[in-house]
Amino acid sequence: MALRKHQEPQTQSSIPDDWFVPIKKNESDAEAVVRPSLSYWQDAWRRLLKNKLAMMGLFFLSFLTFMAIFGPIISPHTVDYQDLVNQNLSPSSEHWFGTDELGRDVFTRTWYGARISLFVGIAAALIDFLIGVIYGGIAGYKGGRTDHYMMRVIEVLYGLPYLLVVILISVVMGPSLATIIFALTITGWIGMARIVRGQVLQIKNYEFVLASKTFGTKTGRIIRKNLLPNTMGPIIVQMTLSVPSAIFAEAFLSFLGLGIQAPLASWGSMASDALPVILSGDWWRLFFPAFFISLTMFSFNVLGDGLQDALDPKLRR
Amino acid sequence: MLGYLVKRIGSMAVTLLVIITLTFFLMHSIPGSPFNEERATSEAVQKNLESYYHLDEPLYVQYFLYLKSVATFDFGPSIKKSSQTVNEMLGRGFPVSFELGMVTLIVAIFSGILLGIIAALRHNGFIDYLAMTVAVLGISVPNFVMATLLIQQLAVTWEILPVATWTSPKHMILPTLALATGPMAIIARLTRASMLEVLTQDYIRTAKAKGLSPVKIVFKHALKNALLPVVTILGSLAASILTGTFVIEKIFAIPGMGKYFVESINQRDYPVIMGTTIFYSTVLIIMLFLVDLAYGILDPRIKLHKKEGK
Amino acid sequence: MDKVLEVKDLHVSFKTYGGEVKAVRGVTFDLHKGETLAIVGESGCGKSVTSQSIMRLIPEPPGKFDGGAIIYKDNDLTKLKESEMRKIRGSDISMIFQDPMTSLNPTLTIGDQLTEGILQHMKLSSEQAKKVAIDMLDLVGIPSPHVRLKQYPHQFSGGMRQRIVIAMALVCQPEVLIADEPTTALDVTIQAQILELFRDIQKKTGVSIILITHDLGVVAQVADRIAVMYAGKIVETGTRREIFYNPQHPYTKGLLNSVPRLDVDGADLIPIGGTPPDLFSPPAGCPFTARCPYAMEVCDKMYPYKTKLTSSHGVDCWLQDERAQKLLATK
Repeated sequence: MALRKHQEPQTQSSIPDDWFVPIKKNESDAEAVVRPSLSYWQDAWRRLLKNKLAMMGLFFLSFLTFMAIFGPIISPHTVDYQDLVNQNLSPSSEHWFGTDELGRDVFTRTWYGARISLFVGIAAALIDFLIGVIYGGIAGYKGGRTDHYMMRVIEVLYGLPYLLVVILISVVMGPSLATIIFALTITGWIGMARIVRGQVLQIKNYEFVLASKTFGTKTGRIIRKNLLPNTMGPIIVQMTLSVPSAIFAEAFLSFLGLGIQAPLASWGSMASDALPVILSGDWWRLFFPAFFISLTMFSFNVLGDGLQDALDPKLRR
Repeated sequence: MLGYLVKRIGSMAVTLLVIITLTFFLMHSIPGSPFNEERATSEAVQKNLESYYHLDEPLYVQYFLYLKSVATFDFGPSIKKSSQTVNEMLGRGFPVSFELGMVTLIVAIFSGILLGIIAALRHNGFIDYLAMTVAVLGISVPNFVMATLLIQQLAVTWEILPVATWTSPKHMILPTLALATGPMAIIARLTRASMLEVLTQDYIRTAKAKGLSPVKIVFKHALKNALLPVVTILGSLAASILTGTFVIEKIFAIPGMGKYFVESINQRDYPVIMGTTIFYSTVLIIMLFLVDLAYGILDPRIKLHKKEGK
Repeated sequence: MDKVLEVKDLHVSFKTYGGEVKAVRGVTFDLHKGETLAIVGESGCGKSVTSQSIMRLIPEPPGKFDGGAIIYKDNDLTKLKESEMRKIRGSDISMIFQDPMTSLNPTLTIGDQLTEGILQHMKLSSEQAKKVAIDMLDLVGIPSPHVRLKQYPHQFSGGMRQRIVIAMALVCQPEVLIADEPTTALDVTIQAQILELFRDIQKKTGVSIILITHDLGVVAQVADRIAVMYAGKIVETGTRREIFYNPQHPYTKGLLNSVPRLDVDGADLIPIGGTPPDLFSPPAGCPFTARCPYAMEVCDKMYPYKTKLTSSHGVDCWLQDERAQKLLATK
């Protein structure tokens, strides 16, 4: 470019005559492909990797999962061992996160709580996913009258105050892990069903789906090849974001005494047990469960946000 | 408009009926019915229970009789506190809870919207990142954790605010703060996202082309449209604030409905649980309805062209 | 004729994810009092960017003003402070955008949207402003303006909304009206009505209009002068007669050939082959070279000088060089 600038003649008359000849056209120049095409998932992954906050969330989640599995194993103490001589000890080399009022090891209990939280969160999200995809998928794909009535049911359920229902069920069924998960999924799937239905309705009428239909493609193949990849994005995001809300609900119930019961530990019940002693300055009792539940929810939230940005086809460039 | 109202109220009634039915049968399905004699603490309570629940009648008759008394806002006696009715407890607790809930809602709405607007106007700037990091943290820290952390720092360590109870404006700061953080963060994020979306709309460009000042563009042209999505989530936010009051009232020893509710759960005081659940649900359903109405008033397209949609 | 507005060697670029797009690369034109100047070109040629630069409505970033001047009433608009520019927007120079469906705020009444511009720029009470708004709605042909002032945009049809948008642009009696594809989103019959309205309004108010469009049919109906834009440059300017009957630039010829004509028997539609160049790295020579049937070596090497054919007709093309004329003759 720069070279050419220097050669450029200064006046019109000084332009050489032999420049005024028809140009030899090079066909291949015009059709050069500018950038390599990436598949939807590759592209989304590439963008997720660039999102520092989401990567941080992913890292924390790996760490939390690792510790949830191995934390209670590497600890020399068990979750329910009461050592009445060593009550309310502050963190030390023997008890890394201190002990509670019954002399139980807070480190072990914290990671045991992580197991409960992660399990509840992921199990609830999976069940929500299953029910939601089936319900929403049927409503969206069938459309018409079926859709109308299915949506009415959702409308009524949506009016139910979610945590109240959960509390009610826990009261009736008695506190246990299964109760919590059951209670959480009673209204939890509604959000997923709505998203799936909306997506299916929208995509069903897209031209490329109509195009495959006119080619005589079978319904199963249309669903697998066209509908699924396009609906997966919002579904994954919804799942990721429903995990922290399930974790919160479990902690909330346990905090109210309706969740995980002693001697087992949950972050919610640990925080609840720590309430009377924070006035006396035993900070570790509250700090560890509070910190890790916040960290878990933070990680899922930022990962969900990151996925949302990465999977949004509109943002693709 | 009228047709819509009728339809909406009908759907509200159905939801409420589902809740009452669910509550009633769930409570009666508890092994060794909670309303039988052994559980009652005293002669007087037992008498009350029998006259209220008609325990000698078949279940379906009991159900309809219960529906009838609920329809007249009579929730019956408490099992554990012999001299009290559920209505009395609601009457005492609700004003306090209502105050806490309303103050929280107002704080959350105003601070959330303000934070969201500032973040949107400084899009991708330092303030935006700061505000959104705070918002993600606000969503991630459960309200009961927030409450305990606030107590530990502000009340115990620094001793600048009272630890508990609900007696003066100073006492209201910590509970409100703890309860408002989450909803505020949600509102801030939503306001920011929808503000950014609205600011790219053509009518904003038109407003700029008229020579309007940025302040006028933001507050007159953008804000109302940007707040429409925020209004739609106010209902569910009110629900989460309401359930949040359970733990907050427990932590701060505030004599509200939530505190009675939690106590009744722990003591298995079933009539109180039922009454409170139904009362709360009614409040929430009315909230959702009000939010819908507000949306209709804010968006002129809704009222007249209900069918047209977007 | 009096020059109302002069654009001199305007350069505008945009920073994007993929690099810097040089959207406008040295655009120069004048607007005379009371005329309609049409800027014609394919989408992406920089015509909308040019018009929005005049109003300084290019968002910065990603947009960037790279040089040149826009002279209005002895002021260079590119050098004005934002607060001074706001006094000009909507009062001296107004703008109409393409889509009447989205150009109006759905949550404010028409009356509110019409009067806010008046109240911003003129010292009038809100009662007086309302009266101006009603007169203006009347002028653009909205029946019973008193009633309609209280209504919302969704209660109007597309054509009616565009009339409102036009009324909104005219309330402060601007000297210059920039209309960016004002009829593109409308039905053909409505299009004709709106174009008629433009002519009518110009007769009544003497406003100068810059009409941005890709539609030569629209241009033929209302333009006094035409500027043809390609790849961020104006390649040919002339009166309507000169452009339609004596086009010189191969791109202008191509554009005219690709429009259906009823007045010429047996005229075939000939599309222009290929696509406009990538403005991430615009070619050094004439940007039309790759698509030009007459392309010469020189076209690839250097951007052509402007040749003045008449006082109003100018073209940037090497074919105007006498050495090229011989070549054309042999073809």
